[in-house]
Amino acid sequence: MTAIGETPAEVGKARVRKEDARLITGQTNWTDNITLPGLAHVAFLRSPHAHARITRVDVSEARNAPGVFAAFTGQDVKDEQGSLPCAWPVSEDMILPDHPAMAVDTVRYGGEIVAAVVARDRYAAADAIELIDVDYEELEPVLDMREAIKPGAVKVHAEGNKSYTWELANGDLGAAFNDAPIVLDRVYRQQRLIPAAMEPRSVVCAPVGDEYTMWSATQVPHILRLMLAMVTGIPEQSLRVIAPDVGGGFGSKLQVTAEEVLALLLAKRLGRPVKWTESRSEGNVAVHHGRDQIQHIRLAADADGRIRGLDVDLLADMGAYLMLVTPGVPILGAFMFNAIYKMDAYRFNCTGVFTTKTPTDAYRGAGRPEATYAIEHIMDDLAAHLGVDPLEIRERNWIKHEEFPYDTIAGLTYDSGNYEAATARARELFNYEGLRKEQSERISASSPVRLGVGVSTYTEMCGLAPSRVLGSLSYGAGGWEHASVRMLATGKVEVVTGSSAHGQGHETAWSQIVADQLGVAFEDVRVLHGDTQVSPKGLDTYGSRSLTVGGTALVLACGKVREKAKAIAAHMLEVSPEDLEWTGGRWAVRGDPDQGKNLAEITLATFAAHDLPDGVEPSLDSDATYDPDNFSFPHGTHLCAVDVDTETGRVKIRSYVAVDDIGHVINPLIVDGQVHGGLAQGIAQALYEEAAYDDSGNLVTASLADYLIPSAADLPSFVTDRTETPSTGNPLGVKGVGEAGTIASTPAVVNAIIDALRPFGVTDVEMPCTPERVWRAINEAKGGAR
Amino acid sequence: MRISVTVDGVRYDDDVEPRLLLVHYLREHAGRTGTPIGCDTSNCGACTIALNGRSVKSCSVLAVQADGADITTIQGLANGELHPMQRAFHEEHALQCGYCTPGMIMAATDLLKDNPDPTEEQVREGLEGNLCRCTGYQNIVKAVLKAAQGVKA
Amino acid sequence: MIPAQFDYVKPSSLEEAVRALASDEDAKVIAGGQSLLPLLRLRFAYPSVLVDLAGLDALRSVTDNGSSIEIGALVTHYELTRDPLIAAHAGLLTEAAGTIADPAVRHRGTIGGALSHGDAAGDLPAVVTALDADLVITGPSGSRVLKPGDFFSDYLTTALAPDEILTAIRVPKLSGWGYAYEKFNVTAQAWAIVGVAAAVRRENGQVAEARVGLTNMGSVPVRASAAEAAAAGADASPAALAAAGARADEGTNPPEDLRAAADYRRHLARVLTGRALTAAAGLS
Repeated sequence: MTAIGETPAEVGKARVRKEDARLITGQTNWTDNITLPGLAHVAFLRSPHAHARITRVDVSEARNAPGVFAAFTGQDVKDEQGSLPCAWPVSEDMILPDHPAMAVDTVRYGGEIVAAVVARDRYAAADAIELIDVDYEELEPVLDMREAIKPGAVKVHAEGNKSYTWELANGDLGAAFNDAPIVLDRVYRQQRLIPAAMEPRSVVCAPVGDEYTMWSATQVPHILRLMLAMVTGIPEQSLRVIAPDVGGGFGSKLQVTAEEVLALLLAKRLGRPVKWTESRSEGNVAVHHGRDQIQHIRLAADADGRIRGLDVDLLADMGAYLMLVTPGVPILGAFMFNAIYKMDAYRFNCTGVFTTKTPTDAYRGAGRPEATYAIEHIMDDLAAHLGVDPLEIRERNWIKHEEFPYDTIAGLTYDSGNYEAATARARELFNYEGLRKEQSERISASSPVRLGVGVSTYTEMCGLAPSRVLGSLSYGAGGWEHASVRMLATGKVEVVTGSSAHGQGHETAWSQIVADQLGVAFEDVRVLHGDTQVSPKGLDTYGSRSLTVGGTALVLACGKVREKAKAIAAHMLEVSPEDLEWTGGRWAVRGDPDQGKNLAEITLATFAAHDLPDGVEPSLDSDATYDPDNFSFPHGTHLCAVDVDTETGRVKIRSYVAVDDIGHVINPLIVDGQVHGGLAQGIAQALYEEAAYDDSGNLVTASLADYLIPSAADLPSFVTDRTETPSTGNPLGVKGVGEAGTIASTPAVVNAIIDALRPFGVTDVEMPCTPERVWRAINEAKGGAR
Repeated sequence: MRISVTVDGVRYDDDVEPRLLLVHYLREHAGRTGTPIGCDTSNCGACTIALNGRSVKSCSVLAVQADGADITTIQGLANGELHPMQRAFHEEHALQCGYCTPGMIMAATDLLKDNPDPTEEQVREGLEGNLCRCTGYQNIVKAVLKAAQGVKA
Repeated sequence: MIPAQFDYVKPSSLEEAVRALASDEDAKVIAGGQSLLPLLRLRFAYPSVLVDLAGLDALRSVTDNGSSIEIGALVTHYELTRDPLIAAHAGLLTEAAGTIADPAVRHRGTIGGALSHGDAAGDLPAVVTALDADLVITGPSGSRVLKPGDFFSDYLTTALAPDEILTAIRVPKLSGWGYAYEKFNVTAQAWAIVGVAAAVRRENGQVAEARVGLTNMGSVPVRASAAEAAAAGADASPAALAAAGARADEGTNPPEDLRAAADYRRHLARVLTGRALTAAAGLS
């Protein structure tokens, strides 16, 4: 496909956002702002134990408390609640345990719902929760993945602790490793993270007769509607789901949650609208977590550092249950461990393990940051092993720009890329040579503050996803996206997208695309999304898919509008359609550009319908559903310099350069913002954040006082730039940018820290690289306290 | 308890429970839902407002403690036209999902009261009590520095 | 999260406040509420009545008592950072108060509240310990004065009786002393893993006297007596003060928690005390 139409006027402009008007003035429509006549408030009692049998739940006192309408236990809803959905059975023999929205007889993680109260306000509901009496028979928690898969381990589910094993292999691994001059064997740990979108989850559900409207702070209103229908048996056409303004997601709101299912069931039972809004401490235990893998990675290389083979064994913590895409998240990494490199053989093997912890699922990057971390870390180890500069070792192995399209060892086809250009630009912005010089000076001077330089050359797969590929991976749905364009009589445009934004700026970027496609003003476009009644078709926003898939659907729908308009314009101009060309944002007579009609004129004529060609319907409205042929593959080179205070272990990021290649850019302002935020989250994994459990299985980072999200004072300013190698897979030439920063930055930071400490003999620091861990790594390398 | 407070220029006299959090009072009694809640340990700062002219986290103040106070929320900041800080946040793309934005803007305007010409580092430190998960803070810092120029001009 | 129910009184005199506390054993004082509100919201505390000190304007002043500065219990952290008297005579307080939590919390939180909360991880307890301040307490039978070593009795526990109120802090003027507060935390608004409050008086190129208070190195704030003794009489040089600092953890019993193991805290205390002494001596 090629781009249609004129030289872009709007696309590429740093437009300030349309969405801001309500967000900066406090006129936002968060779910928790919604109030309805007779609205009741729901509160949940959650398990304080990681693993226990429930022997008795007594809600009678709660039921009788002032202002309480009802109280429910798992027994009360067990016949209706079904099982929370998992849409990604990655193997035929995957163990997919029943997942009750409200626990009935066993709790398997701290935070699992045990009872519910519905009351007149949130204060009364919170009070009544304390009146519920539960007897538990405590069971041993299952906290360590390696222990969990041993024979005789305490079982999280009767079926066993191993959910699945999934393997991908290509090439002759034995040949690659046998007699390889270099074999590196490493184990890295991906700590568990809490996505912590700033808006806590919230859901409002209102019944009208047999029909239900649900407002939810969700990334996926369409998927939610479908799944609610499948779980509860309420017909899909009787459910309307609205995602109003949603305060961030990062994957955490790509979910169908127990709270949503229960809100629907309670609204149905009581015949009145209900609202539930979580507190942060509740969210930290109850919203799905991310990452949590033990990565065993082996790399075989020639003496000159050329990679021969890569062998990856993952243990991936599923937590206590499989949620919407839990088992698939680590599988996405299968296609990314090989990264930008060429190699002869590759094997990826992943075992999904149940533990008595909060379930894991998608968190920004979902499988790709984990893979990128491991490969970029071991590439640095390889460089250190050979005494070669880490950028040099990468260059020896990466796919050259003239080799695209390139079929990778993991079975994907990278359509385009230019790693040389991005790396050259990053080096230049970073002052790479100058910093290396300063680094050796500090080593010579035995300075207590060491300088480290970290490299991360990454690629990732965006634009989830070609439906055929998803099918081959046993995913339960497709990966298409839908858009429709409605031409209003006044010449203004309403655009409906199935992509559901929650901070990404669709209203602005989509307006820019439409303005160019239809020759209308940016201001004249209104973008509608996030309501299944307004936008009945869609597959929502995750996996950096909105622009590559949803944006392409929009372009195709606009093309249909133009084609419909062409016939009418020809009739209006009394020429044959073949004599018209789309130029300057209007249909004009070829060779006589003064003779033409713009879309406003054509739309008005179509609306009036007084004089349309025979057989032409009086509407320009069009829609399109686009299913991509391939993923898109953004890439880039990130360089990070850190100062490490070897006396205290404190790491300070001194400079950070990110050069990303995301293809064509619709709005550079929005793109830079996405990169900044992604970097912050990736750096947070490297330095600050970890969902930590104690020995009895309690999450000890249940509040933001303990789960350390960095503030402005904890992060540096970033230098960002771009190279632009268009994707050849879509008409916009775009690739996706939502997750790039997160994927690239974690290894850049950790590599920088290790680079600073290699002179002491340090080869790894476990994440998050807290001052204590850094200090201990230095001491350990020196043979001191561990 | 009877309290009397002025919120964004309007006086309210209300009976409230002593335990009512000021942020709930603002959202559910005074109808000022522009101020959101992001945590329960006063770490995130999403609920930051001005109480008698100084930034406070309204989730960590009781409504009864605000008796007699003059409160400005994000909804009372614009005076016919956008406050320079609101404008700067818009122009510098200092927000994405917007959930932290009300608190961030209120904290930032407070910061400039004591330090009308802050350095980048002072802005970063001055916003240490407000968490954002979207922007990496880069454009927030830029916006505050820009607003400082505007306020001075 | 939402606090459980409680009653609320706002006395207009200290006597009335003490009476309110004395009449109900589950009564609890609230000042700025910045420590208390999160505890109430998480339902870690269930007071029957909150006695709000906000009506006691007499507790808001900072006065010059000649040899000391008297700081009312209701003076906020923000005011500590802005008060010229405190800056002139107790700059260590100014500096440390500026590191507490964040600006919005500092606008509400008070010195009296922070000390009465008795959290050894808080910044001000170590500072008043280093400064050897007098803590003025009022109860039903009148006033008494305690030294920090007697006031902080255990983890989150002070010598305050349930019907007593900390009303003022008298900080001796340390004329000619240098000072520094070295706070070590992972993120800016996180609690200190370790903090070191140091004050140093120099004389003829030597350190004549040093005071060191340690944050989060035990269940109560502690003085680093061995380091103080080692610093006294030492050369005013970074090397000598680092050596003195290396004795900072002697006699301490630091906690093990999510944020740090005890041995790391000991190590930090040693390094940071050296740095704090060096800074306080004007050498960095």
